[in-house]
Amino acid sequence: MIVADKKPIEEIIEVIGNHERVLIAGCNECVTVCESGGKKEVGVLASALRMYFLNNGRDVKIDEVTLERQCDHEYLEEIRERVDSYDAILSLACGVGVQFMAEKYTATPCYPGVNTCFLGATEERGVWTERCQACGSCILAVTGGICPVSRCAKRVLNGPCGGSTAGRCEISKETDCAWQLIVDRLKALGRMDDYETLADIKDWSTDRAGGPRKVVREDLRE
Amino acid sequence: MRLAYPPNIRIVRVPCTGKVDLLHIMRAFEKGADGVMVVGCLEGDCHYSQGNFRARKRVAQAQQLLDSVSIGGQRAQMFNLSSGEGPLFAQFAKEMTAKIIDMGPNPIKVDRDAA
Amino acid sequence: MNVKTPSKLEKILASGQLAVTSEVGPPRGSDPDAITRKAELIKDHVDAINITDNQTSVCRMCSLAACIRIKQMGLEPVLQMVTRDRNRIALQSDILGAASFDIANILCLSGDHQSFGDHASGQNVHDLDSMQLIQTVRRMRDDGQFLGGDEIRRPPSMFVGAAVNPFADPYEIRVPRLAKKIAAGVEFVQSQCIYNLDKFEQWLKEAEDRGLTEKVHILAGLTPMKSAGMARYMKNRVPGMDVPDDVVKRLADTPKEKQAAEGIKMCIESIQRLKENTAIRGFHIMAIEWEEKVSEIVEAAGLYPRPQVD
Repeated sequence: MIVADKKPIEEIIEVIGNHERVLIAGCNECVTVCESGGKKEVGVLASALRMYFLNNGRDVKIDEVTLERQCDHEYLEEIRERVDSYDAILSLACGVGVQFMAEKYTATPCYPGVNTCFLGATEERGVWTERCQACGSCILAVTGGICPVSRCAKRVLNGPCGGSTAGRCEISKETDCAWQLIVDRLKALGRMDDYETLADIKDWSTDRAGGPRKVVREDLRE
Repeated sequence: MRLAYPPNIRIVRVPCTGKVDLLHIMRAFEKGADGVMVVGCLEGDCHYSQGNFRARKRVAQAQQLLDSVSIGGQRAQMFNLSSGEGPLFAQFAKEMTAKIIDMGPNPIKVDRDAA
Repeated sequence: MNVKTPSKLEKILASGQLAVTSEVGPPRGSDPDAITRKAELIKDHVDAINITDNQTSVCRMCSLAACIRIKQMGLEPVLQMVTRDRNRIALQSDILGAASFDIANILCLSGDHQSFGDHASGQNVHDLDSMQLIQTVRRMRDDGQFLGGDEIRRPPSMFVGAAVNPFADPYEIRVPRLAKKIAAGVEFVQSQCIYNLDKFEQWLKEAEDRGLTEKVHILAGLTPMKSAGMARYMKNRVPGMDVPDDVVKRLADTPKEKQAAEGIKMCIESIQRLKENTAIRGFHIMAIEWEEKVSEIVEAAGLYPRPQVD
C-alpha cells in the first residue's frame, strides 16, 4: 500500500493561512491502514485545528469528510454538492488523491495534509517499510522475491557492495542489507548458483526516468 | 464511601479506559473542558488486559497535540488505581482540580465567551 | 601473457613482476598543485597512481581532471569511477574523455552512499552498478561500441580494474563475487585495506581453488595505521573493515609518540608476508594524507626500485 506520514500541525496551520472555511478530506484506504489520513485522523486533526483557531481569535469553519478513495472519480463526485461552501480543501489522502481532488475541483485550492512516503507494507502496527519503487519492470523472480531496486540504498543489481556489515546496510544499522536477504533467500531455496549470473543492465525507461507513466488497457476501455 | 471531592468533576463511565479514544479526549477540550482525567485500573490489573496501557498512550498523544496548538498538554492526565481505592480517587480529583485552577480555564472558552 | 592496452600497470603485471600502486585524493578546490605535490612524493615508488572519485561522497575535484594532471606529469594514472554520481551517458562520456588523454587504467566502483558526505540531500544515480560498469568498459574497448549499440570512433583502450572486499559481509559470497567480476571482464583488482591477514589469505586460497587467481591480477590493499585511535575508529566506524583486536592492541601497547612508526612497521610486515603468497600480484598502498610514507614502506618492503617498462 501507499504509506504516508502526518505533516506537522504547524505546517498545516501555515498552509491553511487565511482560509476561513476548510474541508478536511480523509481517505478510507491506504492512509487509514497507516493511520495518517483516515476518518479518525481527520477527526483528531479537525478538533485540534478548531481549538487552535478559536484560541487565536479566528472564526474558521472546519468540516470533515472521509471518502472511500480519492483516486477514483466516483468517490470524489460525492462531495460535488458541498464543495463550493469551502474556500479550501485539506486532503489527508496520498499525493495521488490530493492531485485528483485538485483536478476535479479546480476552483478550490487543495492542500496536502500528509507526506506520501513510499509503497510498503505493515511490519507491525506503527512500523511501515518500503518494498517497491514501481520501476515498471519487475525482477523479483531472479532475486528470490526480494527487491534490490527498492531495498538496496544503491540499487545495485549485482550486490552486495563492499559496505554490507553483519547483514546491515552501510547507511544505518537499522537498515537491512537487501543483498544479504537475497543471498539468505537464495540459499534457503537452494538456488545459490543463480547468484553468479550477471544481472542485465536495467532499462530505466519504464521507471520514473522515462517520464510520467501510463497504463492503458484497451480491452477494458468502453 | 461518601468521601468529599471537588464538585467540578464530571464523570463519564466506560467499561474500560481502553475504550477512551484520542478523539474523545480532543472533543472534550473542543467543547470547553478545562481538563480531562482518564482514570483506569492499576497497570497489570486491567480486566481486559491491555486497555489501560492503550489509554496511557492515547493520553500521551493528546498531551502532545494539545501542546502543539497551545491549549496545554498537561490538561490531560492518566491515573491508575484499583476500584477499591476510593480515597485515592478523591485525592487524584483534588490534585487535578488544583492543577487546572493553576493553569487557568481552557483558553478557547475564554475566547468563545468573549466573542 | 600479452597485453591488450598501452597500460604500464598491465605490462608490469603481465611480466610477472609485483606491481605497486598507490592513491591520491584530489583537493576540495581547484588548485592543481594539490595533486602534483602528492604525486611528486610517490612517483618513483609506484607504477600507477589511483585518483579517487569523490570518495566518501565528499565533493572534490573530479578524478578525470586530476588523472589528466598526472598523465601530463608523465606518470600513470588509474581513473577511479563510481556509479553513484553519473548515469551511463556520463560514464561512457568520461571514459572517452580519459581515453582522449590516453589514460589507460580504470577502477570501477559503486561508491559510498551520499549520506556519508557533505551533500547528503543529493540524489544518487546508480544507473549501472560496478559490475555493469566493468562490462561497459570492456564492450567499449573490445567491441568498439557504446551501450546503446552505436560505433565508437577511436575506442578507449583501458586496463579494467575493480575493488574487492573479502572483509565485508556476507563472507560466503566474496569469492563468488570475484568470479562474477571476472565474468564481467575485470582484469585486475585492488582489495580493501588488509589488517586480518588470516582471513585475507583464506579468501585467496578459496579463490585459487576455483582457478580465479589465474584469471585476474590481485593487488593486496594496505593502509598503515597512524595511531591506536585510528585503528579503533576503523574497527568500529568504517563499514566493511576488519581490524582484529590484536592489531589494535599492538598499537595501544605502544607509547603514543611511537604508534605511527609501529603502524608503518606493521604495514611492511604485512607486505613481506603477502609477498610469499603466489596469488598476490602486487600491492595497493593507500596512505591518504600520509603520502610521504609510501616511499619508506616500498623501500623497506624490498619493492624499490620499480621496474622500467617501455
